[in-house]
Amino acid sequence: MEIASPTMPSEAALPASLRQAVNGHQSRISIRNLNFYYGETHALKNINIDFPDRQTTAMIGPSGCGKSTLLRILNRMYDLYPGQRAEGDVSLNGETNLNIIDPGINLNQLRRRVGMVFQKPTPFPKSIYENVIFGVRLHEKLNKAEMDERVEWALTRAALWNEAKDRLHSSALGLSGGQQQRLCIARSIAVRPEVLLLDEPTSALDPISTLKIEELVDELKRDFTIVIVTHNMQQAGRCADQVGFFYLGELVEVGPSSQIFTAPRERKTQEYITGRFG
Amino acid sequence: MAEELKHMISSFEADLKKLRDMIATMGGLVERAVSDATTALLTHDAALAARVIEQDPAIDAEERAIEQFAVRLLALRQPVADDLRHIIQALKVVTDLERVGDYAANIAKRSIVINQVASSFSLSGLGQMALLVQQNLKSCIDTVGEADPNKAVAVWRADQAVDDLYNTIFRELITYMMEDARSITACTHLLFIAKNLERIGDHTTNVAELTYYAITGENLPDFRPKGDFTAGFIPETAHD
Repeated sequence: MEIASPTMPSEAALPASLRQAVNGHQSRISIRNLNFYYGETHALKNINIDFPDRQTTAMIGPSGCGKSTLLRILNRMYDLYPGQRAEGDVSLNGETNLNIIDPGINLNQLRRRVGMVFQKPTPFPKSIYENVIFGVRLHEKLNKAEMDERVEWALTRAALWNEAKDRLHSSALGLSGGQQQRLCIARSIAVRPEVLLLDEPTSALDPISTLKIEELVDELKRDFTIVIVTHNMQQAGRCADQVGFFYLGELVEVGPSSQIFTAPRERKTQEYITGRFG
Repeated sequence: MAEELKHMISSFEADLKKLRDMIATMGGLVERAVSDATTALLTHDAALAARVIEQDPAIDAEERAIEQFAVRLLALRQPVADDLRHIIQALKVVTDLERVGDYAANIAKRSIVINQVASSFSLSGLGQMALLVQQNLKSCIDTVGEADPNKAVAVWRADQAVDDLYNTIFRELITYMMEDARSITACTHLLFIAKNLERIGDHTTNVAELTYYAITGENLPDFRPKGDFTAGFIPETAHD
């Protein structure tokens, strides 16, 4: 069943503030001269990258390269870490423009606009319905019919509706791992964010569940800007329009995935993706 | 590939080396076929010509083996970047090399016929052309495993001289045929031999283009200096 989103802005309705970015897609998040520190550790060094609207960007690189740190900056998860400090400009262009790393912004509002899905599925010990509507209750006052509609919309978009529609009020913990991950995606998109962050979303899943999530990512990018961190190079190739390679806190290279995987410009990128890494 | 770092999976490193070695082996067979076919022509050695023809299936078998191995690497290793480009190069280069082998065998067949029809023409022009073609082919096969794209560019450009020689031989043979109709059989075979050598030159430039792509990830421009103008050639007496 195809349910149209009632409130997704159409391409034409996008605010003029969206700046021109990659391949004719405007930049939903523009990062300029971003530096990030954990105490004395300089974790991200002068990062400049655009996340194009309604495109998927994959961030790859060895463990500790800074890619997950960058993802956590995009919805201010790093506020939870001690001794952190961010400098630069991380501009979220959309409903209203804001600098994500400005300490004064409303974090609840930011996290509604920038949703996140983690490596391991994190369903709440509640019903499937309550999981999906959880975030919506925090941000919107909907009546029962509107909530039902939103749950169905989110589960449909997350490709879980057919499997879940007859057990909406059963515990989410009864779902399989792959279903739980799609439920987490449904929960993230139920608040209708502009950006969806996926941190290794399939590393705990079997190959079939993985392909379902990848298919879903392909589907979701029609409505959302997607940023995915993955260790799986083939996954980056399959899912992403744009790939950024990070190494030792620096963005070594960013480009269309077809270019990165056939003819990377930087030697370091080539060595990493071909498995010639020191 | 002069990689500073080796592949972390040593068996993949070994597979890539094996692929390069297989192409070198096939290249060696093809070089030998062209060289022997030329020698057979210039020295009227029918036995050598027969050996070139007999050897052609070995080249074809090598082509199939390399193709199968490359497909296996694509399926099992899922290569990217320069690994991917070198495997694609291998897949395409073997097709060019196989064609070169076919042209060599064809030269050998025609050399046997030419031995049987009396001809008093000097073969020095063809000999010179064959020598140039062989030099380019050898340099080209040597560059397949190299890391320097400039060597591939040099081979790519060198084909112009082959085309120039072909034009000269073409005109020369037309002249012989116009002077004496009895020379037409021999001259036609010689013309096809010259054409075969010219085609070997073209396949050699294809290999150079593929090598350039494998090394750099970029294509050489579509325009290559070409000098084969025989397609539009009309002998002057035809206007009489």
